[in-house]
Amino acid sequence: MTEVTLNRVGALPKIFPNPDDYLFVTGLAGPARDAAHLTNDGANMFTMAGCMGAATTMGLGMALSAPDRNVVVIAGDGELMMNLGSLATVATEAPQNLTIVCIDNGGHGETGGQPGHTSRRTNLAKIADGAGIENILTVSSEDGLKDAAEFVASGVGPRFLWLRVLVGEPTAFKRNMNPMECRMRFRTAYLGG
Amino acid sequence: MSEAAHRHDDWSRALFTQLKDAGVRLFSFIPDAGNARISELAYDDNETRCVLLTTEEEGVALAAGADLVGEKSVVMMQSSGVGNCPNFLSFVKGGNFPMLLLVSMRGDFGEQNPWQYPMGQAVEPILEAMGVLTFRVDKKEDLEDVTNAAINSAFKGGNAAALILSQQFLGAKAF
Repeated sequence: MTEVTLNRVGALPKIFPNPDDYLFVTGLAGPARDAAHLTNDGANMFTMAGCMGAATTMGLGMALSAPDRNVVVIAGDGELMMNLGSLATVATEAPQNLTIVCIDNGGHGETGGQPGHTSRRTNLAKIADGAGIENILTVSSEDGLKDAAEFVASGVGPRFLWLRVLVGEPTAFKRNMNPMECRMRFRTAYLGG
Repeated sequence: MSEAAHRHDDWSRALFTQLKDAGVRLFSFIPDAGNARISELAYDDNETRCVLLTTEEEGVALAAGADLVGEKSVVMMQSSGVGNCPNFLSFVKGGNFPMLLLVSMRGDFGEQNPWQYPMGQAVEPILEAMGVLTFRVDKKEDLEDVTNAAINSAFKGGNAAALILSQQFLGAKAF
């Protein structure tokens, strides 16, 4: 596979220059911090700090129930690997308004950087393809971010964007980790009180 | 209609209508004889959507995502699938997400398959441990009232609730 040169910090704002246009769901750990920085922990984003593996189907439930909004799932490779079946569930339902972004640092950054399957032989783009997701883009360098921005803004979903990034600290950002408050915040913003 | 679905047609129609009348629009499931007919009805109805899962915990996350944008859903599974859900049920205690599960039992009244007993007997303790209220149906005549209680508990009371269809209600499979 292509050598990875992409730094995760600063990547998401280049892919989503207008984050207010989306509803976001994130998995836990580093990708949640990168994403929360993108929206300044906005009310259009629900980040998780547990329930590893839940992000993709949580985003699917949102996309199916809010068909007029663009929904983006942002998850790490570990999160995605924990529930690979959810890619098949997404492919079968095929919501046009759903994009999955996997920030893949090849390991478990939150727990000490233990190498993950994707740093060995596992190819998430092939897995997404095999699950039946048709629109897939792999980006592993800074140069590819403009393609990524175009990819998430064009065509129809479901889309799978595999962002292969260097090992390194995620974006330094503290977010609200109280799920009850975050649920109410999201619902109030979306449903209008 | 499959044989299993046909056998459960009458009460499944009533239960589906009751769920739909309560505002449920999203059905998700791992197939089981006990939810076979309801899933067909949910696929066929123009106003409801039925999502096939790969593991039951996905349904818990799906329901939470739907709730964030104001949609009501039900997650349907066999009792063994309850064992796949506990970590994701953190949504319930941690986030106050309303949640309605429909559990069709194996490993209880009249079960002949020894593999089904351990998980079947653990269903209610596991749900209780994760803060899910349980509403059990043993007799046909109780279905409507118990379903109503589960629906109210979830969507009016803001709880996670499991409507449990026992094998006394469903009938045990012969081996």
